Amino acid sequence: MSPHDTNVAALEPSIPLIAPGHTYTTISDKVAGIVVTEPQPKSWKFGILIGAIGVMILNTAVIYLFYKGIGIWGVNIPVGWGWAIINFVWWIGIGHAGTLISAILLLLNQQWRTSINRFAEAMTIFAVMCAGMFPILHLGRPWVFYFILPYPGTLTMWPNFRSPLLWDVFAVSTYATVSLLFWYVGLIPDFATLRDKARNKVGQWAYGFFALGWRGSARHWFRYETASLILAGLATPLVVSVHSIVSLDFSVGIIPGWHTTIFPPYFVAGAIYSGFAMVLTLTIPVRKIYALEDFITQRHLDVMAKVMLATGLIVGYGYIMEAFYAWYSANPYEKFMIYNRMTGPYWPAYWALVLCNIVTPQFLWIHWVRNNPIVLFIISIIVNIGMWLERYVIVVTSLHADFLPSSWGSSVSWRNLRPRKTSSWPRKKSMTRATSRSMRLRLFPWTVSRKRLGSRRPDFL
Amino acid sequence: MSIEFLDEQKPIDFEAIRAKLAAGQSPRYWRSLDELAETEEFTEFLHREFPAQASVWPEDVSRRNFLKLMGASLSLGGLAACSRQPDEKIVPYVKAPEDVIPGTALPYATAYSSSGYAMGALVTSFMGRPTKVEGHPTHPASLGATDLFAQASILTMYDPDRSSTILNSGRESIWDSFYGALSGRVDAARLKQGAGLSILTETVTSPALANQIKALLTALPKAKWHQYQPASRDSAKTGAVMAYGEATDTQYHLDRANVIVSLDADFLSSGPGAVRYTHDFSSKRLANADHPEMSRLYAVESTPNNTGAMADHRLGVRPGQIEHFARAIAGKMGIALAAGTLEPAHEKWVDAVVRDLKKDPKSSVVIPGDNQPAVVHALAHAINQALGNTGTTVTYTAPVEANPVDQLASIKELAGDMEAGRVDTLIILGGNPVYTAPADLKLESAMDKVAFRTHLSLYDDETSRLCHWHIPETHYLEQWGDLRAFDGTISVVQPLIAPLYFGKSSLEMVAAINGQPNAAMYDLVRDYWKSQSTAPDFEHYWKTTLSDGFLAESKFPDKLVKLTADFSKQPAVANPPSPAGTGLDVVFRLDPTIGDGFYANNAWLQELPKPLTKLVWDNAALISPRTAQKLGAATNDVVELAYKGRIVKAAVWVMPVQPEGVVTLYLGYGRSRTGKVGKGTGFNAYALQTSDAPWFGSDLAITKTGATYKLATTQTIANMNDGLTTRPIIREATLEEFKEHPDFAQEMAETPEKDVTLFPQGLKDNNYDGNAWGMAIDLNVCTGCSACTIACQAENNIAVVGKEQVIRRRVMHWIRVDRYYKGDPENPEGTVHQPVPCMHCENAPCEVVCPVAATNHSKEGLNDMVYNRCIGTRYCSNNCPYKVRRYNFLEWDEFEGESTKLQKNPNVTVRTRGVMEKCTYCVQRINKARIDAKKEDRPIRDGEIVTACQAVCPASAIVFGNLADPESRVSKLKTNPRNYALLGELNTRPRTTYLAKVTNPNPELESGKA
Amino acid sequence: MDGLAEAIGFKKTRLPLIILCGGLTGACTAFGFQYWASAVYYPYNIGGRPFFSWPAFIPITFELTVLFASFAAVFGMILLNGLPKPYHPVFNSERFAKHATSDGFFLSVETSDPKFDMETTCALLSGLGATHVEAVAQ
Repeated sequence: MSPHDTNVAALEPSIPLIAPGHTYTTISDKVAGIVVTEPQPKSWKFGILIGAIGVMILNTAVIYLFYKGIGIWGVNIPVGWGWAIINFVWWIGIGHAGTLISAILLLLNQQWRTSINRFAEAMTIFAVMCAGMFPILHLGRPWVFYFILPYPGTLTMWPNFRSPLLWDVFAVSTYATVSLLFWYVGLIPDFATLRDKARNKVGQWAYGFFALGWRGSARHWFRYETASLILAGLATPLVVSVHSIVSLDFSVGIIPGWHTTIFPPYFVAGAIYSGFAMVLTLTIPVRKIYALEDFITQRHLDVMAKVMLATGLIVGYGYIMEAFYAWYSANPYEKFMIYNRMTGPYWPAYWALVLCNIVTPQFLWIHWVRNNPIVLFIISIIVNIGMWLERYVIVVTSLHADFLPSSWGSSVSWRNLRPRKTSSWPRKKSMTRATSRSMRLRLFPWTVSRKRLGSRRPDFL
Repeated sequence: MSIEFLDEQKPIDFEAIRAKLAAGQSPRYWRSLDELAETEEFTEFLHREFPAQASVWPEDVSRRNFLKLMGASLSLGGLAACSRQPDEKIVPYVKAPEDVIPGTALPYATAYSSSGYAMGALVTSFMGRPTKVEGHPTHPASLGATDLFAQASILTMYDPDRSSTILNSGRESIWDSFYGALSGRVDAARLKQGAGLSILTETVTSPALANQIKALLTALPKAKWHQYQPASRDSAKTGAVMAYGEATDTQYHLDRANVIVSLDADFLSSGPGAVRYTHDFSSKRLANADHPEMSRLYAVESTPNNTGAMADHRLGVRPGQIEHFARAIAGKMGIALAAGTLEPAHEKWVDAVVRDLKKDPKSSVVIPGDNQPAVVHALAHAINQALGNTGTTVTYTAPVEANPVDQLASIKELAGDMEAGRVDTLIILGGNPVYTAPADLKLESAMDKVAFRTHLSLYDDETSRLCHWHIPETHYLEQWGDLRAFDGTISVVQPLIAPLYFGKSSLEMVAAINGQPNAAMYDLVRDYWKSQSTAPDFEHYWKTTLSDGFLAESKFPDKLVKLTADFSKQPAVANPPSPAGTGLDVVFRLDPTIGDGFYANNAWLQELPKPLTKLVWDNAALISPRTAQKLGAATNDVVELAYKGRIVKAAVWVMPVQPEGVVTLYLGYGRSRTGKVGKGTGFNAYALQTSDAPWFGSDLAITKTGATYKLATTQTIANMNDGLTTRPIIREATLEEFKEHPDFAQEMAETPEKDVTLFPQGLKDNNYDGNAWGMAIDLNVCTGCSACTIACQAENNIAVVGKEQVIRRRVMHWIRVDRYYKGDPENPEGTVHQPVPCMHCENAPCEVVCPVAATNHSKEGLNDMVYNRCIGTRYCSNNCPYKVRRYNFLEWDEFEGESTKLQKNPNVTVRTRGVMEKCTYCVQRINKARIDAKKEDRPIRDGEIVTACQAVCPASAIVFGNLADPESRVSKLKTNPRNYALLGELNTRPRTTYLAKVTNPNPELESGKA
Repeated sequence: MDGLAEAIGFKKTRLPLIILCGGLTGACTAFGFQYWASAVYYPYNIGGRPFFSWPAFIPITFELTVLFASFAAVFGMILLNGLPKPYHPVFNSERFAKHATSDGFFLSVETSDPKFDMETTCALLSGLGATHVEAVAQ
C-alpha cells in the first residue's frame, strides 16, 4: 500500500520478515486459501462454539441488566463507576494497537507491520465494538441513550459540550468509523482477489460487491495509495486523541487520583502497551493453528515484544510520576489517595498491577524471551490482566475514598467477582473476544495484504 | 366476602339514615341502603374484599401481581381507603378560604403525642391528604421544630401493615359484636363495683380522656387504672416526690443557664421538652462575633448520646457511678449526705465543675438523667436549690400527667394482679406491654389468667396476639383529642383525615366502657371542652382554639416548692460501682430512631442512621474498643449476653466513645410480630430488662458465639486525622481562641479568591442575577438529632432502600449528618456532627461532566437536577467532592406499599430508576414563595422560604435565604467570621457554608483533658 | 505496485485538496455548532463556566475534522476512481480473473482512443514482450 514499502530483501537480513522461498502465487494462495478454499480446522469450530455460548450469556446478562437496572452491579455512591467503564477503557486501549500498527508504523516506514497490520486493524474494529457496548450498558436509563447525541429534539436543548463523556462519544464514534474506513480501504484490493478466487457464485457476488469493481488499474492504485497515506496521517493523531480523551474522563474530574495532567500521554502509552499485548495474545495461537510461521516470523514477535517493553516502561514511569506528584503537590487529598492505593483496602489490586505491568515486561529485555512464543504469550496475557487492573485501580481506588471521610466506602467488592447474577463480566469479556476472533478469521483475510509484497516480484513478468 | 355473612345483617335502621342525611354527614348519592347507613357490616364487606384477595399473593408481591392488585384497589379506592376529610368541620390554621383550592396545600394545627406529651404541629394537607408534619411556630414544645418521630409519624399513618380490622381471636369481627361482649363484661364487673376490671393505658396527659377515665372510676370504684410505657420517666416523678414530698414537674430554662451539668441526661434528644430544650440551649451557644458569650456544658454519661456530643467536657463512666457524681457535687454544695466515692481524676473533675457552678449562682443548672434512679433526681433538685437556680433556670409546676404514677410499679401491680387471678377483664388502650414490659414480669404468661382481654392499638402486635379482642386504633392524624405539652399547655388534636381503617380512639373506647358505644370522638372532646369553658361564645372559642392548635396561656403556673428530703438518712451508696475491669455493666436505652419499638415498622426511621453509631435497620450491643479487645470481639460478631439468668443473642458494635466496661443495649428491636418493615430487624433487649433495675445493672456476661451478623451502617468510623494529614473539614476552636483569633476558620485552609478563573473576564457572561439562594449551617449548635434527614425525606419523596441496599451504600437521604470523632483514635474525646446537603456550588464540578446537561445552574444559583433529562451516567456523583448526589440504582418504588403513595408530596417528582437526585434547596418551596410574591407584586421576604431541614431543626442550625439581600439572616451569617466553605480550597464556591464550631472548655480542665 | 505510478508519470491527484476541504468543513461545523448551541441558541450555566468555553470545544472539533477528512479521503478516492463499477470489459478475460488480482500484470488498452488500431496495438504489445495478448469484448 505504501510507496515506502520497498524491498523485503533490503531489510535486516538476520531473520527475514517472510520465510524464503515464497512467491506472489504462494503467498496469495496461502492467505486467500484460509478464507476461501481450505476447510476450517476443528479448533476454529470449537472457538466459534465457545464464543457463541459466551454471546448468549452476555445477552442474558444484558437483558437482565436492562430489566432490573444498574443496581444489579456492585456500583454504589462513592464508587459510581465500575465494570462498565473499566471494560470500556480497557477495550478502547486494546484497539489502539491496530491503528498504531497500520497508521503510525506506516508513517514511520516500519515494514514488519505488513504481516500483522490487517490482523491488528480487525482487532481494533472488534475491540472498539466491545468498548462501544459498555457505555450503553453503563447507563441508568439506556433506553434514552440518544439524549447524548446532538439531535434536534423537542426539548430544544443540546448536549453539554463541556463533558468529557460527550467528547468520548465523538472520539469513539469517529475512531470506530475511521478504523472501519481504513480497514475497508485496505481490503478493497483483497476483496478483488477473493472475488477472483472464490469458487462459488455467492462468494463471487459477495466479495465482488465489496470489491466495488476494483481491477487494479495503476491510476487507481495511485489515488488509492494517496488516500491510504493521508488516512494514515489522519488516523495517527486520531488514535492519540482517542485515548487522550478517554483519559480526560478522569483527569477533568477533581477526584484525587484522577485529577492529573500526566493522564493523556500515560493512557496512550498504556493503550499501545495493552494493544500489543492483545495482538500477541491473538497472533501466537493463530500463527500456530493456521501454520503462518512463514509470514509471521520470529522477527515480528521480537519487534512487537520490544514495542511492549518500551510502552511498558512509559507506563511504569507514569505510575511513578503519579506517586511523585502526590507527594510533591503536598495536597493532603492526593497524598492520602496514593497512600491509600498502596496500603488501603485495594492494595492487592495495586500491587498486582505493579507486578503485571512493571515487573513482568522486564523479562522482555532478554532476547530468548522475546523469541519464545509460549513465554511471550504468557507475558502478553499477564499484561492484559495488568492493564485491566490499572483501570480498576484508577476508577475504584480513587473514588472509594476521596475528600470527606464520611462518604468513604468500599465498592465493587471482590465478592462480586464471583459469577453471580451481578457480574458475569470477566467471563463474558473473554467469550466475546473468542467469538469475534473466530468470526473475523473466517470472513476476512486477516494477515498480510498481499499487495504489499509486490516489490518482491520481478518488475514485469 | 361471604354470602352467609351478609344474610346475617341487622335490619336497616331507617331512622338513623334519615338523621344522617339531615345532618349532612352522608353522601347525597348512594348505592345501597347499607352503604348509606354505613353499617359496620357493609364497610367490613367492602373492606374485606380486598385484603382477602390480597392475602392470596405471597408476601412480596411481584410487579405483575402488583399491577393486577392495583387495578382492583383502584375500583375500591373510592370507597374504602381513599383520602377523605373527616365529616366534622375541621379548621385550618390560617384564615381559610371557604373551600379547599385544588392543588393548594393547607396547614392544619394539631398536636403530635410524644410519649403522651403534646408537640404542636402544623400538618400540610393536599386536598384532604396529609403529607407533611411541621412544627407549630408558637407552640411552646415545638417553636416550629419537631423531633424526628413527629416527622416520621405521617408514614405510620399510611403504613399498609397497620391493623385494619377488629379481630376476635384472630377472626375478623365488627364493633357491635365487640361492644356486645364488652358490655357483658362491664355489666358483670358493675355488680362487683368494678373489681376485676383493669384498664392499662400509656401516659395520659389528655384532659378529656382523663375525665372519661375518672368518670369510669367513679362509676366503678374498684376498677383499676394502670399506666405503663417504657419512656415513663418514673425516676423523675419519684425523685420529685422524694425531694419535695409531692408530685411535681420540673422545667429547665436553658436559655438562662450559663453552666449546665448533665448527669447522664440526654435532655437534647429525649424527654417531652427535648425540642424546646434544644432551642433554648442553642440560643446560648451562638457565639456571634458581637456577642461571643456562651454557656458551658458538662456531661457525665454512661453511654454516648447527643447531649454528651455537644458537651464542652464529656466524661464517660459506668452507669452506677453517676450517683456518686451527684453525691460528690451535692456534698461540695454543703448538703449533708454520705458522699460518693470517685476516682482521683474524677474527683478533680468534679472540683472544677463545682467551682464553675458556684461561680454562676442562679444561672447554672444540674439536670439528672431519666434513666438514673430517683435519688439522683432528688440530689439534683437539692443541688439546684443550693445554687439558687430555682425560679431562673429551673422552675416547678404541677404534674402535667393526669395521674402521675410510678408506671413501673403500676405494671408490676397489674402483673401481680393478673398472676393472682384478680383481673378478669383487661382493657389495654394503646402500647404494647407484652413486648415492652420488663421480662421478669412475665406478662405473656400472666395474660392467660385473664378471662377477657382487649387491646386497642395501631398494629396487630405481640399484645394483640394474646388478646381476645383487637381493636384498630386511630392514628393521631385521624383522631380528635387533646393533650398537654411538657409545660402543661393544652393542645388540640385535630384530625386531618377520616380514619383510614375505621379505628377507634382511646377516648371512644373508654366512652364505650362507660356505656356510650357510638359516641363520636369529636363530640367527646368538644363536650368536655364545653363543660370546662368559661368563654361567653363557645363556638368562637372552639373555632379559635382549633385554628391556633393550642390554648394560649394554658401552661401551668410556676409552683413554689420546698425541699423536704433529708439525704443524710439515705443509705450511703445505692449502687456500688463494679470495680473497673471486672464484669460488665449493662445500660438499656430507648432506641434513638424507633423509640420503644412502636416505630419498628416505620421504614423512614428504620433507615435513619442512628445519630452516633450511624447504624440502620438494627440495634446492637455497643461496647468500647478496649472492651472489645478484651473480649476478642469485633463489630458484627454475634455474642451471647447473659444477664440475671436470661440470655439473648446480639451483634456487637464497637463504639469509640463508649465508656469502658459498659454495654449499651437499645430497646425496641427484635419484634416478633410486626409488619414487613420491622420484621427480622435487631434483637429484643427487653428480654433482658428487669423491673428491679430497669435502666442499668452490673454483671452482664458476654460470650462470643463465633457467628457473625451483618450490621448496616451509612458511615464507617472516621477520624479527621487519617494518619497522614488533618483535613480541614470540621473547623473548631475554643471560645478563648475564637475571641483572640476570630478568623480561625478561614485560615485553616486556603480558599481561592472569588474572581480566579482561567477564562478571560469578558467571557464571564453567566453571572447570577436576582435572588441568590444560599444556606448556612451552624456546626456549633447542630446536635446531630437527624430530624432534618427525616423532614427532607418526607418533603421530597425520598425512597427507602432497605438494609441490603444500605450495605451496598445506596442510601438515598438528601441531607446526611456526618459524624466524626475527634482526638485520639484510641480514645476519642467526643463526637462532632456535620449535616451535609448539596452545596449548590457556583463552580459545580458535577455540572461540567454531565454529558446531557441534566444538571445545570439556575439564574438564582441553584444547582438544578433535571430528572427527565438524566440518563444515569453517575459521572456527576463521582465528581462531587461532597458525595451528596443520590442515585436510583433500582426502582425503589417497588419496595413501597400502595397506601404510602398517598403521603407523597405532589409538588415533588417521584424519581424513577436510573436517575440521579439530590437536595434541591426545596425548590418547590422557593417556587411557591416566588408565585406568592409575584401575585402580590413584592420581592420574596427574608424567611418566607424555609427549607424542610431548616424548618425542623430545633437548634436553628440551618438558615436558608437570599444572599443577594445583605440584610437577610443568611447573608449576615455569611459575614460571620466563623463562616467557612467546606472544601472551599477546591474552588467549588459552595452556596452552602458552615459556621465553625466553638467550644467553651473550662480552662481548669482543659490541660488535663479529663 | 510501488514506483509504478511514478514510472508511468502520474504526478498529481485532486485527492489531497478534497481531503483538506473535508477536514476544514468538519472543523468549522463542529466548532460553529458547539458555539451556536452553547452560547447562542440555548445557553445555560454549566458549573460557572462561560457559555463560550472554547477550550472545551476543541476535542470534538478535532474529532469531527478527522472524521470529515477521512470520509473525504475514502469517498473521494472511490469517486475519482470511478468506483463502484460492477462491470468492466476486462472482467471478461479469464486470465485477468486468474492472475490480475494475485500474481500477474495487465496492460489494458482501450478502443476509445481515436488512434487505436487493433492489429498494430497487438503487435506492439507482443513486441514489447507480453506473455499473452488478447482482445476483450466490450
